[in-house]
This record gives sequence, structure tokens and C-alpha cells, in this order.
Amino acid sequence: MLWVDKYRPKSLDKVIVHEDIAQNLKKLVTEQDCPHLLFYGPSGSGKKTLIIALLKQIFGASAEKVKVENRSWKVDAGSRTLDLELTTLSSTNHVELTPSDAGFQDRYIVQEIIKEMAKNRPIDTKGKKGYKVLVLNEVDKLSREAQHSLRRTMEKYSSSCRLILCCNSSSKVTEAIKSRCLNVRINAPSQEEIVKVLEFIAKKESLQLPQGFAARIAEKSNRSLRRAILSLETCRVQNYPFTGNQVISPMDWEEYVVEIATDMMKEQSPKGLFQVRGKVYELLVNCIPPEVILKRLLHELLKRLDPDLKLEVCHWAAYYEHRMRLGQKAIFHIEAFVAKFMSIYKNFLISTFG
Amino acid sequence: MAEAGNPENIIRGYKEVSVTEKRGEKRKWRQFFRAHSHGRPKQVKDVAHQEEVVRVLTNTLETANCPHMLFYGPPGTGKTTTALAIAHQLFGPELYKSRVLELNASDDRGINVVRTKIKDFAAVAVGTNYRQGGYPCPSFKIIILDEADSMTEDAQNALRRTMETYSKVTRFFFICNYISRIIEPLASRCAKFRFKPLSEEVMTNRILHICNEEGLTLGGEALSTLSSISQGDLRRAITYLQSGARLFGSTITSKDLLDVSGVVPLEVVERLFIACKSGNFDIANKEVDNIVAEGYPASQIINQLFDIVVKAGDDTTDMQKANICKCLAETDKRLVDGADEYLQLLDVASNIIRTLSEMAQDF
Ligand SMILES: Nc1ncnc2c1ncn2[C@@H]1O[C@H](COP(=O)(O)OP(=O)(O)OP(=O)(O)O)[C@@H](O)[C@H]1O
Ligand SMILES: Nc1ncnc2c1ncn2[C@@H]1O[C@H](COP(=O)(O)OP(=O)(O)OP(=O)(O)O)[C@@H](O)[C@H]1O
Ligand SMILES: [Mg+2]
Ligand SMILES: [Mg+2]
Repeated sequence: MLWVDKYRPKSLDKVIVHEDIAQNLKKLVTEQDCPHLLFYGPSGSGKKTLIIALLKQIFGASAEKVKVENRSWKVDAGSRTLDLELTTLSSTNHVELTPSDAGFQDRYIVQEIIKEMAKNRPIDTKGKKGYKVLVLNEVDKLSREAQHSLRRTMEKYSSSCRLILCCNSSSKVTEAIKSRCLNVRINAPSQEEIVKVLEFIAKKESLQLPQGFAARIAEKSNRSLRRAILSLETCRVQNYPFTGNQVISPMDWEEYVVEIATDMMKEQSPKGLFQVRGKVYELLVNCIPPEVILKRLLHELLKRLDPDLKLEVCHWAAYYEHRMRLGQKAIFHIEAFVAKFMSIYKNFLISTFG
Repeated sequence: MAEAGNPENIIRGYKEVSVTEKRGEKRKWRQFFRAHSHGRPKQVKDVAHQEEVVRVLTNTLETANCPHMLFYGPPGTGKTTTALAIAHQLFGPELYKSRVLELNASDDRGINVVRTKIKDFAAVAVGTNYRQGGYPCPSFKIIILDEADSMTEDAQNALRRTMETYSKVTRFFFICNYISRIIEPLASRCAKFRFKPLSEEVMTNRILHICNEEGLTLGGEALSTLSSISQGDLRRAITYLQSGARLFGSTITSKDLLDVSGVVPLEVVERLFIACKSGNFDIANKEVDNIVAEGYPASQIINQLFDIVVKAGDDTTDMQKANICKCLAETDKRLVDGADEYLQLLDVASNIIRTLSEMAQDF
């Protein structure tokens, strides 16, 4: 088991970061009822961890007995029947799913499947918990239609079902949904907090951490706890006992982006563009999300640029990322950004050095 | 009303409230949840702040007639509440099921449903007017299309005919947030009512009313904080109050409310603006990085930045302000389209730096 999973705190009392939020959540559910919740915050900040611990707080140990299923449904969509498939994770009292995995058919997942799940009140022999919980991941990736479809479901079946929504970017969740939930912001842990977690894990694994080693990992983690823990484990595999100056290697794809950025600074020509295209394609094929590539590329370019150019280049990155959202093929828009950059940079070189 | 759930069930959940609590408090809590998390005003006259529609509908109760209706306005202002209330008051519990069809965005309302389910319901003839059990029971049915802005244009177009053909026996109630998403031919057949965001005063009254009933104490400052952070959305105010009460007990301070609401602290946005004023891109970039890591929603940063820019001192010219606001507006739209928060905020920062240091605006 990877350390990120092995050392995921199991209960609200055991969390190392976000202790205050955990305590609040505990209070929130002590009276056996809670509002719908929307957890939001950057990747690797600990949302899922808190949600799992919260479920355990509500339902006790039974929430930990989950089974993973690939389920399929036949949905009647007017003129045709759709086959929908999703992976669900469920215990007796809760079901977790990622409706946006259904792509442009996510609306049907919400209208047919989630509504059906929400309607049915769980039957409990002790007559204790009168509701069940649906955990929906990545709600920021849901289409507008699907988000609209959630609204009344949240109100109508609120006596039999609570929703826990989870997402990275709360700007992409409609106001109408936010208005129906208690919004819980999970910020990325600070570097000190990350160090604390790393030290905790090192102790459990009986590892010797050289002075400042954990801090270096934390600094490179971009405040993502998951990333930091993964790095620590990678370092452990690469070389143990740790040495004070041991290299903390970046991810492969990030090194590849560095290469692309270097290419772009070196040569601005159709041929250069063609080469970059191949490399970007390579990243996309390996399932690195396009906006992540674009952001990383911008990050690398900004390190190398003149202040005035930075202002201009970041404008175009934002411009093309937006177009990418509206369009269909990510590669076109990344390529357009690369071409734009080359032209700006070439002009700059000519006007400065002739 | 199916929606209110079965009160027994709700109460049942409360039987096991920890014994350490005082008896009186237990009772209060039950009431709180029955009254507010599972119920809404059941009578049109109890809908606050929307005088016009209340007046028209009160009239409807007397004459037992009404036009097609279109309710529009921001979330939590009482649209669904009003529509459900009038339907119940017109028909009473007996007839409600046979006379009212409520479809919302959680139901499929594609063109096929319009052609079959809605049309079939609309076509059914109903008995003549006679009062029954104290309810007016007019001789028409009501079809409530909640969240109608999420219906496709095709489906809306298919509705035109149905509306016209059966207008004698059916009234349509359309409810939406954005009136611009309702096609003109439908909108023009309806009496339109805009639901206003609740004013601070009305909001304060409602909140005080709830606090009174539930035995919650809210200081003056907390009260005004609550009404300002919920921005005219009463549902939101109730959620904050409920969560605040649960987390912090029956005395709730302004800070507690800010905590549960997740509004962005003013300093955060001010720091970003100051960083941009410094003209140093790297400093601004750091602030943006921090905002994103803290998880503050970019859409809200934009809103608050707008306030700061508009109120900015004399060192910022009107022209500069206008320029920045234009950029904020564009960014807002891009965020709605789902653009990346980090990149968009960085673009805003870049624009403010350029504007304030009088650099060229266009690339
Ligand atoms: N409160 C915590 N205390 C200690 N460790 C934590 C805590 N929260 C998270 N972690 C560690 O960080 C890892 C990542 O957290 P988690 O999976 O909850 O992130 P997330 O916010 O759901 O990220 P994403 O948005 O990418 O899904 C966990 O596997 C766990 O090991
Ligand atoms: N004008 C109002 N008068 C009294 N109560 C209100 C009013 N507006 C909102 N509320 C309260 O807020 C809750 C939500 O209101 P409602 O469901 O009618 O909002 P809505 O306008 O339909 O919002 P949405 O556009 O999000 O569907 C109700 O349960 C009710 O208690
Ligand atoms: Mg997660
Ligand atoms: Mg509504």
C-alpha cells in the first residue's frame, strides 16, 4: 500500500492538519443531522480524507466496509436507450460516485440515477439513521445541465438523503448549488504542516530524516500533501539512508515540460513549433490534463522571461486556456499558445538585439 | 407536500440527542429543523419582500383565476416557495396531486416529455369551478416548470403550441434564475415577476424572527454580517445560521458566521491589489499562487476586487478604473465558461499592473 493511503487519518480525531475543521465537522454531525456539504480546495489538500473520516463519524465502523462496483444502467432518453456505466463505492449507508465520468451524459446520471438513490430512504432495523449520504466527486466538472438537475433533488429529498459534494474549483459550481450547501473550504496545508505530516510518517516507518530534508520536500510539493508524501516515498525507494543533499526529483512529465520550455526559448520557427507539438502530444497521450500542461509550461517560461514579457505571456496563456475550455481539441489551443509565444519572443529578440 | 418529508421521521432522528443537553434546548432544536430546514412558508402572504407577486396572487385566490406566470430572480428569493404555496392554496391537499404537475431540472424535460407527459397532462379537462373544503379549486390545472432556464430551446419551442391549445384548462408557471434563457415567445405569453434579492432590512427581520423562535442570540454586528454575507439569498442566510448554531452554540458572533460562510477576508484581496500596484509581476504572481492554494473562489475574488477598484483613491484615474472593470467583467464571463482560476487571476493581475503603470493595453 502506498504511504498516502496507509497514513490517511481514519477518524476526525486523528487528523494532523485541518484539526479545527475536523472538530467543527464533528460538532456539525453530533445531532445526527447535517446540512448538505460542499468541500472545495486545491488538489491534495485533504478533502477526501475529511469526507471519509466524516462518514465514519456519522455511521460508525460500517462506513469503512466499502465495496467497489462497476455498475451499469439502462436509461430511457426519449427516442433511444442509453447505456451508462460508472464505478461506485458504497457501504450500507453511503454511495460515492463521480458523475462527471459519464462525460456529456452526466445529466442522465443526475436525473435518473442520483435521483433514484436519493429518493429511497435507507431501511434501518434500529430506526436510527433516517438518511443516507451520497458523495459526489468532481462536481466542478459537471455540465451546467447536470448541475441544474441537482438543485431540486437536493431540496426535495433532503429528508432521506444528504449530499456531500467535492471539488477543486468552487467557481465552477453554480450559485444555486452553493446556496443549498454549507461550503467548506479546505486550504492547502502550509509547508510547516506538511513537514509535520512527513515527520509523523517517518517516525512510523522508523526512518531517519536528515536536518532540513522534510522541509526541502515540502518546499517542492507546491503545498500538496499528497505530492509531498509521494516524494518522500520515492526518495525512500531511490536511496536510503537519506543523505542531506539527496536530490528530490521532479515528476517525469514536469521534466518534459522543462524541455519544451527550453526548446521554445531556443528556436522560434515553424520547425520548432512542429517539434514542440510532438512533445505536447506525447504528454496528452499520457493523460496529463491539458490545462495542467499549459500552466506548468507558463510557470517554466515565466522563470526565464523579462518582466514586461511576463505580463503579456500570462495574458495569452489565460486567453488560450479559456478557448480550450470552449473548444474540443486541446492540442490546437496549446499549439496556438506556443506559436503566440514564439512570435512575441522573436519580436522581442529582434527589437532588443536587432 | 411530499417535500416536507414525514415530520415523524425528522423528529425520530432527534430522539437520540445526547442526554447531557438540557431538555428545553432539545425541544428548540427539533422545532428549528422542522420549521426551517425542511419547510418553507406555506402561504403566499408569508413570502417576504416580493410585494408585487404577492398582491397579484392574493387576488388570484379571490377571483380563482390567473394568467401564465414567469418568476425569475437569483437563488433563495422565494420563487419555488411562492409557486408551491399558491398551488396548495388553490387546490388543497385533496386535489393537489391531480391538478398540479411539478417538473424541475431533475426530471427529464426534453422535447419528448413536452410532447407526451406535459401535453397529456395539459389536455385533461377539469370540472367547473366550485369551492371545495375551503379551497377555491379553479377550473384549470397548473404545470410548474421549475428551473426552466435549463430546458433546451427545442423543448421550449415545443411548449408554445401546448400552451396555446390548452390555455383554457391549464396555467403554466415558469421559474428560472436567468430570464434571458427563456425564449421570447414563451416569456411574452406570461405575466413576469422579478424576485428581488431580499433587502438587508427584510433579511434582518426574517433572521430575527427565526432567532426568536429558536432561542438563538445574535448581536447587532453578527446580524448585519449575516445579512450582508448572504447577499439577499435567504436560503443561504438560514444555512449559515443553522451551521453557526450547530458549531458554536446558541450565541453566535460575527466571526463565527464569517467562518462558516467562507467569504474571502478583505485583507486577502487588498494584498493582491497592493501587490499589483507595486508593479512587480513576481510579487503579484505570489499573491495569486497563495489565493489559489488557500482555495478562495476566484469568482468571489473578482467581486471583491471590483469593490476595491471602484472605491480606490485619487491615485487611480477614472479611465484606469474603467479599464480594470472591463477586464474584471471579461474574466467573470470566462470563469463562468469554466476557465482555470489561476490563469484568470494572473491575467487580471497582469491587466491591473499594465493599467496602473500606463503601459499599452492591447497586444
Ligand atoms: N488532515 C490530514 N492529516 C494528515 N494527513 C492527511 C490529512 N489530509 C490528507 N492527508 C494525506 O494527504 C493525502 C491526500 O489527501 P486527499 O486524498 O484527502 O486529498 P484531496 O483534497 O481529496 O485531493 P484531490 O482534490 O486531488 O482529490 C492523503 O492520502 C493523506 O495521506
Ligand atoms: N421571499 C421569501 N420569503 C420567505 N422565505 C423565503 C423567501 N425567499 C426565500 N425564502 C426561504 O428560503 C428558502 C429557499 O427559497 P426558494 O426555494 O423559494 O428559493 P428559489 O427562489 O426557488 O431559489 P432557486 O432559484 O435557487 O431555486 C425557502 O425554504 C424559504 O424558507
Ligand atoms: Mg480526492
Ligand atoms: Mg427554486
